[in-house]
Amino acid sequence: MTMGQYVARRAFLSVFLLLGVSVLVFSIMHMAPGDPVMMVAGLEAPPEVVEAIRKEWGFDQPIHVQYFRWLRRAVVLDFGISLTTRERVSFMILSRVPNTLKLNLAAYALALCIAIPVGVYSALRQYSLFDHVGTVAALLGVSMPGFWLGLMLMIVFALKLHILPVFGMGTWKHYVLPAFTLGAAQAAGLMRMTRSSVLEALHQDYVRTARAKGLAERVVIYKHVLKNAAIPIVTMMGFRFAYILSGSFIVEHIFAWPGIGRLAINSLYSRDYFVVQAVVLMTATMIVIANLTVDIIYCFLDPRIRYD
Amino acid sequence: MAKGTDMATEETEYLEQSWALLVWRRFRRHRLALVGAAVILLLYAMAIFAPYLAPYPPNDVNPARRLELPSLAHPFGLDELGRDLLSRVMYGARISLSIGFVAAGISLVVGVFLGALAGYYGGVVDNIIMRTVDVLMSIPAFLLIIAIVAAVGPNMLNVMVVIGLTHWSGYARVTRGTVLSLRSQEFVEAARAIGGGSLRVILRHILPNCLAPVIVLATLNVAGAILIETSLSFLGFGVQPPTASWGTILNTGRQYMRNAPHIALFPGLAITVTVLAFNLLGDGLRDALDPKLKL
Repeated sequence: MTMGQYVARRAFLSVFLLLGVSVLVFSIMHMAPGDPVMMVAGLEAPPEVVEAIRKEWGFDQPIHVQYFRWLRRAVVLDFGISLTTRERVSFMILSRVPNTLKLNLAAYALALCIAIPVGVYSALRQYSLFDHVGTVAALLGVSMPGFWLGLMLMIVFALKLHILPVFGMGTWKHYVLPAFTLGAAQAAGLMRMTRSSVLEALHQDYVRTARAKGLAERVVIYKHVLKNAAIPIVTMMGFRFAYILSGSFIVEHIFAWPGIGRLAINSLYSRDYFVVQAVVLMTATMIVIANLTVDIIYCFLDPRIRYD
Repeated sequence: MAKGTDMATEETEYLEQSWALLVWRRFRRHRLALVGAAVILLLYAMAIFAPYLAPYPPNDVNPARRLELPSLAHPFGLDELGRDLLSRVMYGARISLSIGFVAAGISLVVGVFLGALAGYYGGVVDNIIMRTVDVLMSIPAFLLIIAIVAAVGPNMLNVMVVIGLTHWSGYARVTRGTVLSLRSQEFVEAARAIGGGSLRVILRHILPNCLAPVIVLATLNVAGAILIETSLSFLGFGVQPPTASWGTILNTGRQYMRNAPHIALFPGLAITVTVLAFNLLGDGLRDALDPKLKL
């Protein structure tokens, strides 16, 4: 397979993947018992509104007709009008994407800055006090529910010490608590991965060879260990990046961060299903595109991958 | 590695012994995993015997003493209706532990079954199943779960089933991989040659080889399912009040954060300890069952 064929094949598969996602998202509306129109419109909706929605979305048609009608509009980002705010759904989402991106990028950067140095140092000083403390902290980080960590930080730093704002978005201070809450969990996972990759690289034959031929330890670590340990770490960073729009639902909810996560959860509370469907579909699309991009970049970096 | 030599002698000793004994010996060395296993047993005991162990009935209200801070009589304090928080956290263990266990069980059965089908039959079956796995993996699972649970109705059974049915892709991948690599091995061909049907070959000869990764996945999966369940209940899409569950207590805790931070503190600690115990056990099992495993 040539490089072009590989890319074409992966892109083709991604389109199928998205069709699968769209079927699943579409079917959410039809999982509930009862009339889907009533679910969309709400139980107190006046009959003429119910009829208008039934007409507009073809709820009186067979299910596959409904799906294709919905899909045709979804492709051009027409997800209808929100039934609670009367705004265009796609506009509601797109206007909140930058806020979610900013928060997640801050968390992601924080996670990298903590996880990589700590992970590398832990591995180089395996079984030292630093390593033990780091390992326990990482285990706690992956086991702690993010929303609980967020609440605890809020109680201590905002409600008791009054040094940071409780919630909302504005100054840089508003970023500290939500970005740390989100970043802590990511850092924990990434740190464990970094530590084990470096440890694995340390025990390879080429490292023993490098040491045996008398290279300075510093050169062995930088040129032989870290370079090789970087491959799995960069992979994980890439796949983590794919979730940059969909990893902060609860944290946004707790800290009242005006992003798409909070929008999605509020829409669930008000049973605004058009918005929920659109958020799931758009974030899933982002994940598929990001994964495709990572795969393609990878196949340029490491030609062996194509033969998988 | 300094331990190299004595590990080699231990390894030859092991050859004489059964696999289970070997695994147990390796597992026993992992002290943190033993702690995890002990904590899990204690938590399950606490959940099962909650009616005998809890100091107060979990739904007894005492409005005069609402939001009271922890004291000797009420080590975790009282909640917004004056209910004993320790008793409610103990009862909450019943919800989280059973949902975690059942949801992971559903994922395991579905994932192993579909993975085995995909690996054994290949072709169209394999394609359909594995593309479904891809779809599941590219949807933000948490939002999907809330949306479905909100649509079908938030209760314990639905939460278990929906979490279970959205988290089987890991099992399917592992099982499929093992089945693919074993399908053409001599012992499988031999089993087929003496007349073993597909089902028998899969169940008796192939699946036992997936046991190690599946057990590890299941342990970590229980931890993940508990985290999802508590998040759902926290948002109000899981177990409904007045049933005591860690997520719902945390949700009230959020509303009384300013005056009664203890309400949010204790259920969160309970979740962290539980999830940590399952993660420790999973790590230990991975090292004991198959040190080369990467999950």
